[in-house]
Amino acid sequence: MSEGLLRLHSLGEAALVCELPAPATLAQQQRIWALAAEALRWRGVLEALPGMNNLSLLFDPSRIDLVELEMQVLSAWPQLSAAGIEGRRVEIPVAYGGESGPDLAEVARHTGLSPAEVVKRHSAGDYVVYLLGFLPGFAFMGGLAPELATPRRKEPRVAVPARSVGIGGEQTGIYPLVSPGGWQLIGRTSLDMFDPGAAEPTRLRPGDRVRFVVESMEA
Amino acid sequence: MAASAGLTILRPGMLASVQDLGRPGHRQLGICPGGALDTLALTLANRLVGNPDGAAGLELTMGGCEVRFEAATRIAIAGDDFGATLDGVPMWPYWSMPVGAGQVFRLAGANRSPLKAGLRTWLAVAGGIDVPVILGSRSTDLKAGFGGHQGRALKKGDRLLLGAAALDAQQLARRPFGVRGPDAGLDRDRTTVLRVMPGPEFGQFTIASREALWGGSWRLTPQSNRMGSRLEGVELKRWRAVDMLSSGVIPGTIQVPPSGQPIILMGDAQTTGGYPRIGVVIRADLWKLAQAPLNGRLRLQQVDSADALAAWDERRRYLAQVAQGLASAGWLAPAQNPAQGVPDAD
Repeated sequence: MSEGLLRLHSLGEAALVCELPAPATLAQQQRIWALAAEALRWRGVLEALPGMNNLSLLFDPSRIDLVELEMQVLSAWPQLSAAGIEGRRVEIPVAYGGESGPDLAEVARHTGLSPAEVVKRHSAGDYVVYLLGFLPGFAFMGGLAPELATPRRKEPRVAVPARSVGIGGEQTGIYPLVSPGGWQLIGRTSLDMFDPGAAEPTRLRPGDRVRFVVESMEA
Repeated sequence: MAASAGLTILRPGMLASVQDLGRPGHRQLGICPGGALDTLALTLANRLVGNPDGAAGLELTMGGCEVRFEAATRIAIAGDDFGATLDGVPMWPYWSMPVGAGQVFRLAGANRSPLKAGLRTWLAVAGGIDVPVILGSRSTDLKAGFGGHQGRALKKGDRLLLGAAALDAQQLARRPFGVRGPDAGLDRDRTTVLRVMPGPEFGQFTIASREALWGGSWRLTPQSNRMGSRLEGVELKRWRAVDMLSSGVIPGTIQVPPSGQPIILMGDAQTTGGYPRIGVVIRADLWKLAQAPLNGRLRLQQVDSADALAAWDERRRYLAQVAQGLASAGWLAPAQNPAQGVPDAD
């Protein structure tokens, strides 16, 4: 395969970062998930952590040598295809605007759309979970309509309420827990995104396809 | 022996939490490994009270802590001693001490001596702290609010149960004994030296900044916590500010935010980050950082992967020596605990 030249960097003596050239695309990300699944079968690989357009492999250097791991990655990579990774479909009900989404008006002002139009376009999107990071169960998703992109708040909030749905730059996402955060909050879901006691502690996984469903809307 | 006896937190000090060797294996869900910031200290303290390496203990910050035990047991501390006493009798780090019912363990405040400085102490109790295992660990995830005791830092009046001790009554009561601590060769009053491998974005920094990273003297600022140790020194600059996409970070990763002042990520740090990673502290030196005093000086020394692996081997050899010493003194061989994450013991 000609595209997708993989660059490898050490992250300390027990982790290897595999990085693709920008820009991040869904097709590249799908091959990263495939590499993650493949690498977890190798001796000495402990964890495979997808980033945006990259993958970190944590390994036990007493069981696999760095050079050996690099060779395995480079020989596996051309064989991997983006096909075959079919994420689940997940619907997220959202109460848009009002107290649940105090920045809906700001997003409307920035985009030049009415609040109702922002909600309509946000809930019309097909989103894909590229990775989880930042907080347990926090999904970095691709698929936000470009016209909805809104810069982060100048003053981040000290405590964003759990389950808030926000827009930060060209991304949209859901805060699983109360946390400091700078995204523009447009709504809130009633679903828990993280439950440490559950068999599957996070509602979303890399590869999932997400739709936001309008539960209610307050301008 | 059923889990019954417990302990009560009379004073937690600045930050006290239940920690074991952490919760690796869930990073792809955004869940940090957490656990004792100094896994070597917790491992040693556990072995001294006959526990498996991965038993849960208490991580105490800057002294000022008091704990009362309900029944006879055995304890050990590791890390800084903060003038530790048991019912007023001084005790040392890396010593195994019998405890009588009702006795009080106490760490003095942080300012008891300008000549000594440290940051954290780990306390192990025979049987371990018995809190529910969540996602393979008893560690407290303070940021996400789960694990440990009710998912939070310990408060005055909290009562914690202990697991069944591996020791019998005679062993519990045995006279105190100790092992040589890993910091025997460490000069606590001077600069802490951390060995660092260049990180993935090392090459993006200017030559002057790269030289400053190794050549500079860094101050550990009081804004440091379980998520990150914040350093202050020369401003580190890149050739040009290219935006980075989110990428994996691990404890020891040295991130450089736009301020140019590096942050060394600790056990509770997030799993992915968007700041350039100029370096990574090797695994064998993370414990030194966990114990480095606030406002103390740090120096970063460039090493390569072979050096890092040799340093890790040295740590394993030290732990093996401790195990052998304990066994030859008639103490229990350290039991492995496969039910818990043992990220260090390979």
